Amino acid sequence: MTTTPATPALPGATGGPAPLPRRVVAQARFETVAMLRNGEQLLLLVVLPLMALVALTYTPLLDGVLPAGASRVEIAVPGVLALCVLSNAFSGQGIQTGFDRRYGVLRFLSTTPLGRSGLIAGKLLAILAVLAVQYVLVAGLGAALGWRPGPGALLLSVPVLLLGAAAFTGLGLLLAGTVRAEATLAVTNLVWVLLAAVGGTLFPSTTLPGAASWLVDVLPSGALGSALRETFLTGGPSPAPLVVLAVWALASWAAALRWFRWS
Amino acid sequence: MPAQSPTTPSTASSTASASALSIERLVKEFPARRRSRPSPGPGATRADVVHAVNGLSLEARRGEVTALLGPNGAGKTTTLECAQGLQRPTSGTVRLLGQDPWRASPALRARVGVMLQDGGLPQAVRPLELLRHVASLYGSPRNMDELVERLGINGFDRTVVRRLSGGQRQRVALAAALAGRPEVVFLDEPTAGMDPQSRNIVVDLVQQLRREGTSIILTTHLLDDAQRLADQVYIVDHGRVMAQGSVAELVAPGEDAPAVLALTLAPEHLDAGRWPWEAPEFAGIQVARDERTVTLTGPITPPLLEAVTRWFTATGAMPESLSLQPRTLEDVFLDISGREIR
Repeated sequence: MTTTPATPALPGATGGPAPLPRRVVAQARFETVAMLRNGEQLLLLVVLPLMALVALTYTPLLDGVLPAGASRVEIAVPGVLALCVLSNAFSGQGIQTGFDRRYGVLRFLSTTPLGRSGLIAGKLLAILAVLAVQYVLVAGLGAALGWRPGPGALLLSVPVLLLGAAAFTGLGLLLAGTVRAEATLAVTNLVWVLLAAVGGTLFPSTTLPGAASWLVDVLPSGALGSALRETFLTGGPSPAPLVVLAVWALASWAAALRWFRWS
Repeated sequence: MPAQSPTTPSTASSTASASALSIERLVKEFPARRRSRPSPGPGATRADVVHAVNGLSLEARRGEVTALLGPNGAGKTTTLECAQGLQRPTSGTVRLLGQDPWRASPALRARVGVMLQDGGLPQAVRPLELLRHVASLYGSPRNMDELVERLGINGFDRTVVRRLSGGQRQRVALAAALAGRPEVVFLDEPTAGMDPQSRNIVVDLVQQLRREGTSIILTTHLLDDAQRLADQVYIVDHGRVMAQGSVAELVAPGEDAPAVLALTLAPEHLDAGRWPWEAPEFAGIQVARDERTVTLTGPITPPLLEAVTRWFTATGAMPESLSLQPRTLEDVFLDISGREIR
């Protein structure tokens, strides 16, 4: 974004834009508060993932895929973190952006000093802020349920989560910018349910029969789920899911840049 | 036709500092299948393309109120969207404060305030929260408290935008457009959906902004707004400027410009017979009657007035009222844009 000085302002006229970082942070704060205060969004972002964590820890659903010596919570937490990314970057911001577009909010804000690039930057920062809140809550509940990750895995999980967030943000914006807001709402919620149940987030793809398992491995949900499980259970993700996520991120952002409509 | 495109704003580039907005031969096409804009009818030339704006030129001078007046689908909003950098012109040039709005820098955007026709407001926040956020995007924003009070927004500041009435939302959108103390303000149908009290508040506010030196560019299909507010009026239809000028210029009676003579008579005189309408002075005059009123529309001349008063003398009919009215902006507008409803 350029901040080239315009023609000199008239006496007593406008004081110019706020500095770029302040504009973006202001937009991020505005979006984060809006997300976390909306009841339905809060359900999707925080309540359902935490319920999933409790359910997977207290039921034998994951017992079939537990690695030797691992506890249920150890395999549940990475999956729940992957679900958080899906809730936040794809469903949450997709729905918010879809309705912002429908109500002309994108158009209005792009006429302010925030501009289109500042608006997108604010949304990305809001996704990171919400993700931080989600991580703290999931890790906190996980710790209460006996989760004891190593500091190296915690650190390594951050870039993995960011890569997953990049892929799902691109997909969410692509949807929000191309179809009607109601369709975005319906599709993101449906996709959320499907990917949570059989998309390789909460349950590893190995729980699925052969061909389906292969399909789930190349979905961003399956790739993120397995990359996070490997990060926490085997000390680091293998290249395959990272490559899958990077391809989804590049493709979805390229498509969003090409087809996103602001009105 | 009064003052029809007397000067094209060809000097715009050399006098950029005197002009808040300068548009030359703007064309904006949309794919016809999208149906996102009302069809401008005869403006469309190719089957697959709709010309929402079709060769429109205008110049909004600094410190003035410029009104785009036209029926629905005339191209007013698309013109504003090109001026605000929300649409990229198909052809033609647009200069906002001397710069290209499509590539507007944050510095340029900080000098321009926009109120969109549909408001453009997030639905799930309260008005004051939203206004504080918008203000925070500017270096030295307006103190919003006074504006909020003046627009009566504090009366509903605990209600989220989604639950506000149309007129309330309009007031919030107006406040948002003014948050950065802009030099140029775009108001797309600013009084749409407002009750008369709110309309007066908005009209007063626009007049005050103008006194403070703000350039205001507004669209309206309310002739009253244009008449009360505008220094310059552009009557727009079919994506073009059909007439332009000050309100006084537009309604000035030309050689053959019609005016209106209205008479109110007691009913017995209305039925008195021997009306003089067949006299040669009444050629080209439209006569409309209802129970007590006779309205003559057309070129009202001294001989015609004499013929009317001669008839009063001959019949002993004394009118209860008699008034000669110049054309209103409404007459001009309807003459140009036609009287059929779209």
